[in-house]
Amino acid sequence: MPKILRIAGINKAFGAVIVADNVAFDLEEGTALGVVGPNGAGKTSLFNLITGTLRVDSGEIYFLGSEITKLSAAKRCRQGVARSFQVPQPFVGLTVFENAMIAATHSAGLSGQQAEERCLEVIAQTGLMSKVNVQAGKLTLLDRKRLELTRALCTNPELLLLDEIAGGLTDAECTSLIQTIKDIHATGVSIIWIEHVVHALLAVVDRLIVIDFGRLIADGDPKTIMESREVQEIYLGIDIDA
Amino acid sequence: MSSYRVFRASKASYIAAAFGLIALIFLAAAPWWAGRADMRLLSEIFLYLALASLWNLMAGYAGLVSVGQQAYVGFGGYMLFAMTMFGGLSPLVAIPFAGLLGALISIPVAMLIFRLRGAYFAIGTWVIAEVFRLSFAQVSALGGGSGSSLPAKIVTSMADGREAREALSYWLALGIAVVVIAAIYRFLRSRNGLALTAIRDNELAAGSLGIDIWWMKFVVYVVSAALTAMVGALIFLQKIRISPDAAFSVNDWTAFVIFIVVIGGIGTIEGPIIGTLVFFLLRETLADLGTIYLIILGLVAIVVMLKAPQGIWGVLRSKFDLQLFPLTYRVQTTSSNKGGEQ
Repeated sequence: MPKILRIAGINKAFGAVIVADNVAFDLEEGTALGVVGPNGAGKTSLFNLITGTLRVDSGEIYFLGSEITKLSAAKRCRQGVARSFQVPQPFVGLTVFENAMIAATHSAGLSGQQAEERCLEVIAQTGLMSKVNVQAGKLTLLDRKRLELTRALCTNPELLLLDEIAGGLTDAECTSLIQTIKDIHATGVSIIWIEHVVHALLAVVDRLIVIDFGRLIADGDPKTIMESREVQEIYLGIDIDA
Repeated sequence: MSSYRVFRASKASYIAAAFGLIALIFLAAAPWWAGRADMRLLSEIFLYLALASLWNLMAGYAGLVSVGQQAYVGFGGYMLFAMTMFGGLSPLVAIPFAGLLGALISIPVAMLIFRLRGAYFAIGTWVIAEVFRLSFAQVSALGGGSGSSLPAKIVTSMADGREAREALSYWLALGIAVVVIAAIYRFLRSRNGLALTAIRDNELAAGSLGIDIWWMKFVVYVVSAALTAMVGALIFLQKIRISPDAAFSVNDWTAFVIFIVVIGGIGTIEGPIIGTLVFFLLRETLADLGTIYLIILGLVAIVVMLKAPQGIWGVLRSKFDLQLFPLTYRVQTTSSNKGGEQ
């Protein structure tokens, strides 16, 4: 299967703080990859580097075989890399529908009725239809997270990066979110998902990586990794030797 | 089962459009009902309306707070004089050319000042305008520091007789105001207009959703410069006399314009229209007071900024949920089968 994403030894540091230390991995098309690691490990920075919000200090990033390392965030998005932000970044003065329209018309390249239909379809899928005419600035945190997912989907992505969208949800909401993400994955979209709500993550992903201090320290089958000694020690903070 | 339809216009916007059209016809007929002084005043109102709408597009939508738009007003005026006096062009032809040259000169300027952010950008635009003023003061063919007047034969070549000339000049001013507002309206309704609002709200998200932020702002800057230069050409075609100090006056072409936009309501198409009316109402009633008039203008601006930072239209809009120029999208449910739930 072709590689949708190839991260070739990327590095990024802010002064003495290293957020990506020679990170390298490939992603097969159609994979759902989970990312775990302690707070400040460099998970969101990894997303910023993949989407172009941050530039790498060195190393290369390939998307569907072509290098995107030097492309702007906007160009990467138009090529099919979409993300949700951990801290929601809504266009506060625009309605939910208009927020979605931005993604559909600028990234997916849709226009007119096609764009409108796509937006309505996604808004229905993410459960925001009752708020469709509400200004994004008036949404609750939960709905802002839904809006993040909505916008990302309206770009018609091939690779979807989700940054902690399950945090703070009730069990019922979480179950419905898991289903939504499964549905998206089933359409062939590759997913990378950073999540602290481990049971939600494990319900969806078929591969898991662990990041600590900007380094990739484990990569493989989700269940095996979660039970591994390294993760128990580093991620969960349990000292097994004690 | 329910389906959804997307609407953009509202009842208020249809009524506004109808009234707007009637007002436009009425104004277009002014040469038959208005006196000479009234027409001059109306022309000035239209030209200020155009300047204010353009400044509002830049500052209120694209976040480009310029205090140097006088650069393009003066540049347009000077280009009109140069092209008619030395190029032998008719003023009517020179006006669009002034716009074109304004666009061309704004490209390197944009490349330079777009490196600056926020307050530094504003100061940068002012510095550029001063450079324009000092440069044109060096051109002795255009009268240097003391300026020059448009030769009578160029003025008379525009139309036969004084009345026809004044009517033409009036229609040009009305025309540019209509063109500017129509262009801004069309632009803001397009996907790029939506993108501009998105950039204003959140640049990080805008970039991450495929919007080329630099390019969008660049286009707005260049188009605003072109139209501002055309307005400048018209302003000095009416004044018939140009000098560096008048052409590049920060007071006349930027400070008053900012006043208009701020009190009318920044970031709305309606704001500059209301602001222009308020500004001229104040000016026509208080101008005899001299300096006190300027103090009153300042006080009005401060009160509006403190009490209603969204301006007069902002207050009206939030009170009555009004929108005369419909830019938004509204999704409405339409039941698709009878008796169906929801």
